[in-house]
Amino acid sequence: MSTAKQVFDAAPWTGKTKRYDIIKEGTIALVFVVILTIILSLFMGSPDETPLTFKGWAQSNSDNFYATAVQELAGTSGTATYGAPYNKAADGLNLGPLWLQKWAGVTHPIDSVNDFVISPLSTQVMSTDIASALATWNAATAVQKHVWATTYDDAIAKVEGKLSEVPAGAYGPVPVLAQGLTDMAKAGALDAALLSQGGFFQTDNTKQILFFGDGAYLDDAGTNANLQGGTWGMMNETGRYPGQAWLWLYSFWYQIPPFNNEESKPIGANADAYIMVLMGVLSLGLILIPVIPGIKNLPMRIPIHRGIWRDYYRSQPARKPKN
Amino acid sequence: MSEMWTAKLRNKWQKNLPIEKLLPDDQPAYVASWIYVFGVLTLSALAMIIFSGVILAFEGPAWYHTSDSGKFVNSLHFWSVQLFFVFMVIHLWGKFWMAAWRGKRFATWATGAVAFIASIATAFTGYLVQTNFDSQWISFEAKDGFNSVGVGAWFTVTNLGQMLLLHVAFLPLILGAITVVHVLMVRKRGVVPPIDADPSLLSEVK
Repeated sequence: MSTAKQVFDAAPWTGKTKRYDIIKEGTIALVFVVILTIILSLFMGSPDETPLTFKGWAQSNSDNFYATAVQELAGTSGTATYGAPYNKAADGLNLGPLWLQKWAGVTHPIDSVNDFVISPLSTQVMSTDIASALATWNAATAVQKHVWATTYDDAIAKVEGKLSEVPAGAYGPVPVLAQGLTDMAKAGALDAALLSQGGFFQTDNTKQILFFGDGAYLDDAGTNANLQGGTWGMMNETGRYPGQAWLWLYSFWYQIPPFNNEESKPIGANADAYIMVLMGVLSLGLILIPVIPGIKNLPMRIPIHRGIWRDYYRSQPARKPKN
Repeated sequence: MSEMWTAKLRNKWQKNLPIEKLLPDDQPAYVASWIYVFGVLTLSALAMIIFSGVILAFEGPAWYHTSDSGKFVNSLHFWSVQLFFVFMVIHLWGKFWMAAWRGKRFATWATGAVAFIASIATAFTGYLVQTNFDSQWISFEAKDGFNSVGVGAWFTVTNLGQMLLLHVAFLPLILGAITVVHVLMVRKRGVVPPIDADPSLLSEVK
């Protein structure tokens, strides 16, 4: 049942009015925004950091690129061990009994061995030793490939990525393949090969982005630009420009326990999933504020509206005390 | 005649939203605060976003990297988005403290809130199609959130083609439609009266 006040709030206003030119107001607002935008654009410009390339990675930190290539062959990289939607190597994150990531399935299959290393290498005019290494690799059993690559990956990890200190061992063709891919990247041929994957029209950069993320190059660049998630990076921008400040609440959760502690189970270890759901709930809450008890009454209890409508309240006659 | 769908729709439209409400030349006297301008400023910034965005769309996502005029148009797009969000957040807070959902205005509030959320999604995809380092970084980082709840299986932030189409076609259509409905709701219901406005005193203040 509607109260008299509710009916009054919904009814057309019959009190005092004033002239209002909606078209004039809109035009003035538009001109103001256009001028302000032009001034900001002329004096501030906009951010545009050059994208990273595999060429830049291999040239500036070839050992890291090489080690990452070995990880791709060994199946130990971030992409190779990710799970859905790229592969079935892991179950992914969960929300208690809900394994949404796993249930959604592999919709974007990535085979880090072939997509990141073997196929790109095969597209090149190659030296005899690389051709021979590729032939050896392709002829080997899956078990043999795995043993070669993981043995070499372990050896590199033991010397903390210092390739010159890796002892000789039974690594099969892996060192030659990794060096071949590193040389290919240094020459600038890997960027296009990863994107095209033998095709002509391509608009999907997933493989490039994921390969980048497996090494230190992208991560270091993000740290240097103050874009890491642990430092509110989600709402930061490169250079001295404002970023997506409207993502502050989303970013906020990553700064506090248990979300910022990967060791904390179940929430910290599955922070991405929990925060995603939390933001979904809060977004729904924003829409439903008018029906949420307590919150919907805040504007009546905290009299900020007295300032907004100060002219109206000033013009009102003093209320007569109720008997 | 009155059974015709067209006639019914026209009659309903004329009853709920006559031209006098759509293009008013007066308004309640209590509408006297700077907070009221942030709605129209938000719309103005949106117009600027669409204008600059259309130019960018015609020239392609990589144009602004190599052209001074492209850089300028990209800057217009960038700053109009920043202004859009500043104006919209102030507008939203203002409407919250006015409890602007009163008087059968729930749909007005809800469409505004949905427009805010749709704007975040649209801006987010915009950051993904900049074809610069930012796009690389954001797409790599953001994929984990979407993948973690299964959404990433279809909404692939690392897929430039998909993000570009969503950013320049689908999401602007959604946002535009919600914005139109929101503005029509505002015109239909009018500006919410002051919280303590007393119906019994109307005749005295008129």
